[in-house]
Amino acid sequence: MIDAVTPAEGTAPAPAGRGLWSRYLRRPVGVAALAVFLLVVVAGLLAPLLAPHDPNFVDFALTQAPPDSSHWMGGDSAGRDILSRLLFGARTTLYGAAVACLTGIALGVPAGVAAGYFGGLTDRVFSWISDAVQSVPGMIVLLIVAAGTGADFTVLMVTVGAFMAPGYYRISRSRALAVRKEPYIDAARVAGLTHVKILHTHVLRAVHAPVIIQSALTAGIAMGMQTGLQFLGIGTASEANWGQMMNDGFRTMLTHPLILLWPSAALGITIAALAFMGSTLADLVSVRGEPAPRRRRSAEQAPEEATDRTGALVHPVEASALRIDNLRVSYRTPHGDKRVVRGVCLDVAPGEVLGIVGESGSGKSQTVFSALDLLPADGRATADGIWIGGQPVGDLSRAGRHALLGTRIGYVPQEPMSNLDPCYTVGHQLMEPLRAVHKLTRAQARERAREVLLRVGITDPDRVLACHPHQISGGMAQRVLIAGAVAGNPSLLVADEPTTALDVTVQAEVLELLRELQREYGMALVIVTHNFGVVADICDRVAVMKDGRVIETGAVEQIFAHPGDPYTAELIKASQDDTESRAELDAAWNKAGRTVRA
Amino acid sequence: MNTDTNGDAPLLDVADLVVDYRRGRTTFRALKGVSMTIAPGECVGLVGESGSGKSTLGKAILGLADVTSGRITFAGSDITHAKGAARRKLAADLQVVFQDPYGSLDPTLTVGQILAEPLTASGTSRAAARTAVAEMLDHVRLPADTVTRYPSEFSGGQRQRIAIARALVRRPRLIVCDEPVSALDLTTQAAVIDLFIDIQRETGVSYLFVSHDLGVVRRVCHRVSVMYQGECVETGPNETITRNPGHTYTQRLLLASPVADPARQAERRRSWLGLRTAAGSPVP
Repeated sequence: MIDAVTPAEGTAPAPAGRGLWSRYLRRPVGVAALAVFLLVVVAGLLAPLLAPHDPNFVDFALTQAPPDSSHWMGGDSAGRDILSRLLFGARTTLYGAAVACLTGIALGVPAGVAAGYFGGLTDRVFSWISDAVQSVPGMIVLLIVAAGTGADFTVLMVTVGAFMAPGYYRISRSRALAVRKEPYIDAARVAGLTHVKILHTHVLRAVHAPVIIQSALTAGIAMGMQTGLQFLGIGTASEANWGQMMNDGFRTMLTHPLILLWPSAALGITIAALAFMGSTLADLVSVRGEPAPRRRRSAEQAPEEATDRTGALVHPVEASALRIDNLRVSYRTPHGDKRVVRGVCLDVAPGEVLGIVGESGSGKSQTVFSALDLLPADGRATADGIWIGGQPVGDLSRAGRHALLGTRIGYVPQEPMSNLDPCYTVGHQLMEPLRAVHKLTRAQARERAREVLLRVGITDPDRVLACHPHQISGGMAQRVLIAGAVAGNPSLLVADEPTTALDVTVQAEVLELLRELQREYGMALVIVTHNFGVVADICDRVAVMKDGRVIETGAVEQIFAHPGDPYTAELIKASQDDTESRAELDAAWNKAGRTVRA
Repeated sequence: MNTDTNGDAPLLDVADLVVDYRRGRTTFRALKGVSMTIAPGECVGLVGESGSGKSTLGKAILGLADVTSGRITFAGSDITHAKGAARRKLAADLQVVFQDPYGSLDPTLTVGQILAEPLTASGTSRAAARTAVAEMLDHVRLPADTVTRYPSEFSGGQRQRIAIARALVRRPRLIVCDEPVSALDLTTQAAVIDLFIDIQRETGVSYLFVSHDLGVVRRVCHRVSVMYQGECVETGPNETITRNPGHTYTQRLLLASPVADPARQAERRRSWLGLRTAAGSPVP
């Protein structure tokens, strides 16, 4: 596996669901919201025990009474105890919200999962129904249902739930659609699982977290709607409910504002608690993992255990295009700092090609990212010194470092396609830096872009300039990126696995192009790769990395002929081109008496 | 096309297979009449670049891509359009290992659940499934406590071993391996390839081994077919294809892949440049 920006395999996304609960409990906002919501639930459930009075008992002395010791919230316009009515009202509210959510889930989730998984006609039919439901004015339907059913509360909330179903439908469909493309679904099909079983074991698991989040939001909306209905006098009048209480308070708002305040506050706090629970959960599911506390770059350095320098510096400072002295890179993780580069020294002279080679997690990409100051926010690089073109850059500001990119340094990334913005034409993306960094006019920038495209072997530059990235092939995209990297005449070209994502015939072309450009411009080229074939092809010197250290460095001929470290020898041997063929292996096996395990 | 090498009746026989992909109103012909055979216990390599149709052929055999015309015969029966129950029955004999060791295992299931799934789906009892799973973990050289852990706890190479164990657990006769090592580090690749060879020797399973890497194919395959733009341009014994290919495209493919030896690579590059000049340097 080629190593990307993430430091190592240990940071692979944690499965959703596992540990979600414990991570939720570490979020103060989430805990507070959950506590408030549980309080409302408990209050509703235990209303008969907690309520100091019968919610429907009328005491005329209590009419619009202010709060006192036996009636903490006072009395309403009909002389009933507000606190008791509030507690019993919580039951109604929660019951209504639960009915609406369950209806929404029952209608929306199966339809969404089926639509996303099967696609085609199923998808079209369900999506059509979902769109139709969304386009119906809900309030009018609710009023019709209320009139037709004698304002039965449960029926009303089922109707509300039906209008919430499209929300569930959309998220289930999009999750199922994403999971459908995962190879493990194909593997399950090949393994002989029926669709029902696949939906049950694989797809529903992927859907459940977003459904819970959606439910927190849906419950809030349902509460708002039911209170609105009750406020209008629709729904069961015999039981205490917050909407009716608000209506009562509304009528006496100018004389007794407290009567309106209590139910409004209860509703507001409950909905807010649900919203915060939902957003905390959404955060946890999408981010997966603790946010690393941000530390200001290179400020307040944690005491670091001493590291040995590895690698070698062979050129004098003033004669080097890039020089890195004792580089250390670490990442903030919830379990403390994870060190990915431990004391790397390397340098490259103008006109020289240096290969940094290693397997995933060796820190090779992190090393060049640090040199370019392109580490992700939670990564931190320290070094005894970094020089670019003989000048120390450690003291430069971040903007000063970035100004070097595109002028002194060209960068060729690993994934050509994801490094071109799909929204803009190739021409725009090539010309923009030339105009911004090199202050060329539009016409000059266009001329320069044409020129470099021709130089990288694109025979019809005008057509390519007008193309959007999806209209060109991967090999072409990599040529475009190389053109962009050399357009500013850099003295140092850094290429991070420039051919890994490409076909082998395209790889040969791109390597040939890099070689030609490097010679023509006299650039120093630093090429990061896992492939010793690429090293043999293009490099003058090579640094072999393992576990964040340079374990060996030297001229290419020497490293291949006499690898000094057993690991280097193992890596070279693992390049499969000189391997015994299957025929030879089988012959040896037959000779050895066909035993399988050593 | 050459059909047989060792006289056995072929386990898999693909004849004149055509597969079209429909994208909106346009159709793209991914396979343009491909034929091949695989004998019991044989490993046949399918080499080509992206878009050559090599993965599509694997998908068509597995029933994951619809066949437009042609015929796929597996163990004597026509499976070209096997769907539903017929396809599920095939699962006992025909399995797959995918390229992506991260996406091919459901992250929410334990390894034990992942490996037992194909067995319990076919009606094996839980106890029997547990025994079979333990045995398969041993086959792929993973410790027994692997069953209670989640895929995210394993490295790419270990995940690929888990995927191999899942393919093996019902003791199939053919496994379609779709770039099974190309996402792995080189040293890990070597170990996983050797595992494929060992398992073939232990169980006699056949492989259709799809890869873009001639070096990998050389080590693991008995015979190799080279795909180019939906057609099979050359088929032959491994030694011939990976050392003295006849077709110009195969020669280009071979010369384009750099060899880990500076002197020989310089030589190879010269030959490649010669071939490229002769072919008129197409910009990819």
